[in-house]
Amino acid sequence: MLSINAFNTYRIPQIFDYYRPRDLREALKLLESVEGAKVVAGGTDLVVDLKYRRIEVRALIDISRLDELRFIKLEDSYVEIGSAVTIQEIVESSIAREKLPLLVEAAESLGSWQIRNLATIGGNLCTASPAADTAPPLLVYDAELELVSLRGVRTVPIEKFFTGPKRVVLERGEILRSIRIPVSRNVFGWSYIKLRRTSFDVAKASVAVLLDARDGYIVDARVALGSVAPTPVRARGVERSIVGLKIEEAARVASERVVNEISPIDDARSTAWYRLQASKTLVSDAVWRAYERLLKIGV
Amino acid sequence: MKIKFKLNGVFTEVYVEPHETLLNVLRDRLKVRSVKYGCGVGECGSCTVLLDGEPVPSCLVVAAKVDGSEVTTPDHIAQTELGKVIVDSMLEEGAIQCGYCTPGFLVTIYAALARGVRNVDEIRKAIAGNICRCTGYVNILKAVKKILERVGS
Repeated sequence: MLSINAFNTYRIPQIFDYYRPRDLREALKLLESVEGAKVVAGGTDLVVDLKYRRIEVRALIDISRLDELRFIKLEDSYVEIGSAVTIQEIVESSIAREKLPLLVEAAESLGSWQIRNLATIGGNLCTASPAADTAPPLLVYDAELELVSLRGVRTVPIEKFFTGPKRVVLERGEILRSIRIPVSRNVFGWSYIKLRRTSFDVAKASVAVLLDARDGYIVDARVALGSVAPTPVRARGVERSIVGLKIEEAARVASERVVNEISPIDDARSTAWYRLQASKTLVSDAVWRAYERLLKIGV
Repeated sequence: MKIKFKLNGVFTEVYVEPHETLLNVLRDRLKVRSVKYGCGVGECGSCTVLLDGEPVPSCLVVAAKVDGSEVTTPDHIAQTELGKVIVDSMLEEGAIQCGYCTPGFLVTIYAALARGVRNVDEIRKAIAGNICRCTGYVNILKAVKKILERVGS
């Protein structure tokens, strides 16, 4: 295989058609009727893949400007985010900052400012990289994804959305319309920590934690990790094992148990062994940080 | 396909191929050479332009997407009041060596200032996506401090 530096990345080295539908319905119709079409939003992953010839497309359907996909709204029991909302818009959203601080922390850590201005939350999920920054927070928030096609609508819990590296349950003709995130009445401490080489590198490993505690004992814990398995994963075994423990104990047990729930691989960014060791520390750190934030909120 | 957009405040109509990026169209069709091709994959910040006021890597934007939008490029920003302050400060502080990354830094710093950012740490975060391979960042941050002094609050 050629090393990536063998490519001139000035141009996109393939010919395709480009469609910018006026509404979601038109987008869905195009997706059904145009052979070899792919949906594009920010293009921060897709255009790179096109330039490196990792994929071939016959047509792009650009959904990034569709108003129907560009909203953040707060309902009684959930926050709903349209799939074409950019990562930077999430960072700056007052609703997200108040109700979903964990998602905001992860969004802030994604790429550079320039990338965050293009990249969308829907694109981050549908690209289905094991390293997707918005995935671990959405996993611990128990988010639900609304998928639409000309045939109708279905809702999929995020834990069932990812089926493998770069693979999701989206069927032909389907578009991710929105992400619904339940808003709990409980107050949680939160923490998203990721390990990477440079300030906007892709994660070698990442972890998201939501924590509730009373009198120093953990009463609710939710943990998810990225870049350490074929898909972003929820670590339910860790969660079960630390509820009821004192924080010091919980952090220690979490770091012991996490190795049973991940299956990292060797790749350009890290070795599997390193990821395994690093995940132990990351989980322990994240549990501590979430706990400290909980104390600061004053519960 | 034909696209229409506002380039540095001027209505512009240009023919583009669907597979051309904004970077290709600006440099080759519209001869805006202040926009630089660096990595081509959105990691270096050299090709940063403002798309509807927000800094984006023009190498990742399919040109057809900017139909109906506003694009602002470094050469235009350099002519503005604020742009002149940025350029002068960078020159005085030796924040430029080969100069290839400079247009990208100019656009990003300008965008941060334009949205009211007034402290060094915030601007430092804002320019994390602009890579410089020769001066290092010490002089660039010195320039940022000078810019902030000159711009005031």
